[in-house]
Amino acid sequence: MSETAVSSDPVAVVASPSDAAPILRIRGVGKVFGSGPAATVALHDVDLDVARGEFLSVVGASGCGKSTLLNLIAGLDKPTSGTLEVGAKVAFMFQDATLLPWLTARQNIELALKLSGVAKRDRRARAEDLLATVRLDGRGDSRPHELSGGMRQRVALARCLAQDAGIVLMDEPLGALDAMTRDLLHDEIESVVRAQGLTVVFVTHNMREAIRLGDRVVLMGSHPGRILYDEDIPLPHPRQMDSTEVATRAASLTARLKAQGHTHVG
Amino acid sequence: MSADVLTPNVEVAAEAPRGSGFGRKAWAWGWPKLLAIGLVLAFWQVVYVSGWRPAYVLPSPATTLSKLWDMLGTERFWSAMQTTLTRAIIGFLLALLIGTIIGVLVARVRPLRLAVGSLITGLQTMPSIAWFPFAILLFGLTEQAILFVVILGAAPSIANGVINGIDHIPPSYLRLGKVLGAGTIALYRDIALPAAMPGYLAGLTQGWAFAWRSLMAGELLVIIAEKPSLGANLEFARQFSKAPELLATMLVILILGMLVDGLFSSFSRRLRRRRGLAVD
Ligand SMILES: Nc1ncnc2c1ncn2[C@@H]1O[C@H](COP(=O)(O)OP(=O)(O)OP(=O)(O)O)[C@@H](O)[C@H]1O
Ligand SMILES: [Mg+2]
Repeated sequence: MSETAVSSDPVAVVASPSDAAPILRIRGVGKVFGSGPAATVALHDVDLDVARGEFLSVVGASGCGKSTLLNLIAGLDKPTSGTLEVGAKVAFMFQDATLLPWLTARQNIELALKLSGVAKRDRRARAEDLLATVRLDGRGDSRPHELSGGMRQRVALARCLAQDAGIVLMDEPLGALDAMTRDLLHDEIESVVRAQGLTVVFVTHNMREAIRLGDRVVLMGSHPGRILYDEDIPLPHPRQMDSTEVATRAASLTARLKAQGHTHVG
Repeated sequence: MSADVLTPNVEVAAEAPRGSGFGRKAWAWGWPKLLAIGLVLAFWQVVYVSGWRPAYVLPSPATTLSKLWDMLGTERFWSAMQTTLTRAIIGFLLALLIGTIIGVLVARVRPLRLAVGSLITGLQTMPSIAWFPFAILLFGLTEQAILFVVILGAAPSIANGVINGIDHIPPSYLRLGKVLGAGTIALYRDIALPAAMPGYLAGLTQGWAFAWRSLMAGELLVIIAEKPSLGANLEFARQFSKAPELLATMLVILILGMLVDGLFSSFSRRLRRRRGLAVD
């Protein structure tokens, strides 16, 4: 990562979660799709604060409104009720990476730089820096379909960093990867996120993954989509997916979800 | 001194593999076509030798090819070629412009889509030759009559290509564009346009095929005095029973159509391969 990228980031100050004003404040947010008898209440009365520099994991069964929540935070959709205060630029990492197939890996990153207002002459060097950050040096000229799933997610991560955003939303970005690649990417996500003091909302189905990465874990339930439980994870970083502390906490949080009748979470 | 001696060698060494790579590609591309041509000529020769039709109606491949060779040396042929190609290019470009504008409007404006969407597909099924009597009534035996039908033949396919291209933009790309902070212009330029390209190119390929057919029909029907064209040459060759000239002109029309079509499909293949899409 280049020096300038860090220092030009207005929210790159690493702060401890407790003493900073929330960068993300969600109050009474509801989202209803459709109307009349066919309406789906995707979210109901959601309150959530996320502190600057915090890594928040969100876990919940399929259809409980996790993606909907991220879309609202990103401004891709409007809430039906309630308010969202988003205190920084938002980047989004999608489940399927969503790299543009007509661009090379480097050009995908350069597009993000361009749309963030980086001058043309600086883009190439910045993109190379970012590729190095996600350990893809030398793969810049590859097209997305020539990369493995893990590499594609690395490019997507680099593209998030290129946006120079303060908040990064990740919607099950590693769901489709094998366990070993996922472990590697956990390390990489954790290190770049901490190096830049980013605030992250990380959605996953995998309770261990949520605990491996999160400073805090939020459990969501469905019908209607809502927040069931909120817990700080005070374990020191970096953590291991298969450590006993992570396993124990995962078991107790999974039990909590099950007690509410929400299964289907691994 | 030594550099002077070395330079040519280096160039040769660098060029040789590229040259042979290209040669191999050209061969891989060309041999099925050469085989097809060989088969057609062989079949033609067999029919000719069988005496099914007299030679002044159905000349041998050799006679036809030598006539073709002679034709290539005449000014009249090249002026006919020029007329036809000019019409094809102008007609296609106008169809491109009109088809693209209509396509974008229909894809983006909902009421227009409901009203005009199925009409465009309907127009596509209309044989363009059926337009000519009407075109001649409207414009007389003029260039405009020909252009009119060429455009009517090609524009619906192009418009449909645009509509298909836009309809098949994955919504996730547009979401990505918004997340990256793209405004309306950037969203079109950097995301929507390139994403719609495969469908658009397919529309252009089909549009060209229709334009070329409509043009040939038009040149047969709308013969303008003192203006030789490939289509008019066909008609004259028939009237004066010049069978070798007729067949030679047909060969030229076939080859031109195939060349341009090959150009379009090679564009399309390259684009699909670069995006990791299935190449048929
Ligand atoms: N555009 C939409 N139109 C109608 N209903 C929608 C729309 N988007 C989401 N929903 C509904 O809202 C609910 C929440 O969907 P959402 O995609 O947020 O779930 P999720 O928690 O992300 O699930 P998953 O873990 O499977 O991704 C679901 O019942 C879904 O059917
Ligand atoms: Mg989802």
